[in-house]
Amino acid sequence: MLKKIPNLALILILFALLTGSFLQAQQRFPKPEFDTGYVQPDPTTPEPRAMALEYFDVLVLLAVLSLASWLAVKKRSRRGLLWLSVFSLIYFGFYRDGCICSIGAIQNVALSIFDPGYAISITALLFFILPLLFALFFGRTFCAAACPLGAIQDLVVINPVSIPSWIRKTLGFIPVIYLALSVLFAATGSDFIICRYDPFVGIFRMDGPFLMIFLGITFLLLGMFYARPYCRVFCPYGVLLSWMSKFSKWHLSITPSECIKCKLCKDSCPFDAIEVPVEQAYRTPEVSRKNLKRFILYIGLIPVLILLGGWIGSKSHIFLSRVHPDVYLAELMISQPELKEDEENLDIQAFLESGDTFEQLVDQAAVIREKFRKGSLVMGGFIGLALGITLMNQVVFRRREDYEPHKGDCFSCGRCMDYCPIDSQKSKGESQKLNVESLKLKVENQKSVKSKG
Amino acid sequence: MEKKDKDKDKGYNRRSFINNGVRLALGVSVVGTAAFTLQRSASGKDYVWQIDPFKCTQCGRCATECVKAESAVKCVHAYALCGYCDLCGGYFKPGAKLQTGAENQLCPTAAIQRKFIEEPYFEYIIDEELCIGCAKCVKGCSAFGNGSLHLQIRHDLCLNCNQCSIATNCPSDAISRVPASEPYIIKGNFTTEEES
Repeated sequence: MLKKIPNLALILILFALLTGSFLQAQQRFPKPEFDTGYVQPDPTTPEPRAMALEYFDVLVLLAVLSLASWLAVKKRSRRGLLWLSVFSLIYFGFYRDGCICSIGAIQNVALSIFDPGYAISITALLFFILPLLFALFFGRTFCAAACPLGAIQDLVVINPVSIPSWIRKTLGFIPVIYLALSVLFAATGSDFIICRYDPFVGIFRMDGPFLMIFLGITFLLLGMFYARPYCRVFCPYGVLLSWMSKFSKWHLSITPSECIKCKLCKDSCPFDAIEVPVEQAYRTPEVSRKNLKRFILYIGLIPVLILLGGWIGSKSHIFLSRVHPDVYLAELMISQPELKEDEENLDIQAFLESGDTFEQLVDQAAVIREKFRKGSLVMGGFIGLALGITLMNQVVFRRREDYEPHKGDCFSCGRCMDYCPIDSQKSKGESQKLNVESLKLKVENQKSVKSKG
Repeated sequence: MEKKDKDKDKGYNRRSFINNGVRLALGVSVVGTAAFTLQRSASGKDYVWQIDPFKCTQCGRCATECVKAESAVKCVHAYALCGYCDLCGGYFKPGAKLQTGAENQLCPTAAIQRKFIEEPYFEYIIDEELCIGCAKCVKGCSAFGNGSLHLQIRHDLCLNCNQCSIATNCPSDAISRVPASEPYIIKGNFTTEEES
């Protein structure tokens, strides 16, 4: 047996020279020769989930989106949407373990745009675009019934409180920042923060790190009073959906025919997404002139905000780039060179073992930081622009005579449809007209009684 | 009254014109983005996460960083590469007695079964139910043996997350996406090594 070892070493050296991997293949002991004719087993390799099933997921998504759009826009059934959302929660949430989801797919798309080496899977791409296209035509029906994260929060809405508009608008700006950051980190290949801080995926899997489960339960508890907190305060995909939905062709309407301004729907919406009629009083010449002045001011402010955002962004690029492990490691080794001796520091030990030189690492970090410099500049500018447009929208008053859903904020959950006293069963025909007239009279009477009192 | 209606119509026409225009622009940009990424990624193949055992430095994070409480990473034994030694560097603690008592075993969960084949050969079999993917045996085997014990992501356990949370924390960049048609990188399969 001893004789064989030099032979083997020779073969190994030859092999290593051929493949250039001397360090990796260390065959210290020879292959055993079994006298009994024992045959070595092969290691088992369980197959991954069949890819055909992933295309099935896309089909399910397509079916759920179509059905949800039909239920919200045409059939006007809150109950249907509710049961459909329960199905999505069970299928996309608990059965498919919450991955892949449309929210996380933003990062796959961002990474594949900026990194030619990354190949996006068709499933992720379709999960990204299908809900957006549906929102473009039917509003945010994805949020209503297809998103498992939305569904789990919608089910725990118990006693929603109405939040003042300025708080809602301010909180509603956080998703824009979250979107910008997640695209920046994904595009530079640093991290997928949406997935890392997904609050509900731990609950779907009934398994996960403490922080994930803790966040999930916190969001659910909060969601009893502040309806759908993740959707309204964090969801970065909601920003994109909201843009699409604002220009949707057919959107859910509260009333099947004519609005009688009874205000019943206003209280039914847990998300404060119903807009009240803009009264004539707001449209006096003085108010209009004042608004026009503010409008011009805000338009002028937009370029300033973009520049300011870009400046802040580029100032913070060094800080942001530390999320990337290579930059972090390079900085750590420069600032604390004594850590090279630290056996406990796995990152540094692994780097030293890898055979790369310190200069290579620093060069690599410099390249990544340069990407961050450009990316943060654009990101800051984008946030500035979004802030400017949000401000501008505050002073644009469109003529609105009826109670209407805010097309950007409305999740198309359909609660308001149930509250509308106009009977959808008889929405066509003479009887409905009479019905509307009598209801109008009733409301008029109530108003006159109130004003007299 | 009539004039007002007209104004209203005009207003709505203008608004619907703008709406239609913006909708078209948004639709085109969404589909355009999709087409761009698709053309970029060309192949459109499906991928799964896997550890390259030749890059792995056995840091032990696979046991703790997986999103699942019980890691999807397990030790795999490439029997073809194993020397079937009596004194196995992956099985026994360095300097321990050659007895199979737990105090002599390197594995914290006693997940390695030692089976006598014939004199002087022993086979080491991983009990995946017990294995936690800590890589202690892998370190021992790489340091003293042929390196036939190595870590692999087991695809019956892996959820194929969008971003593998071990991969982001791996100090040696050993985890990457591999084509789903070849989901394992088993050591001793030298054809795989030549490719990489």
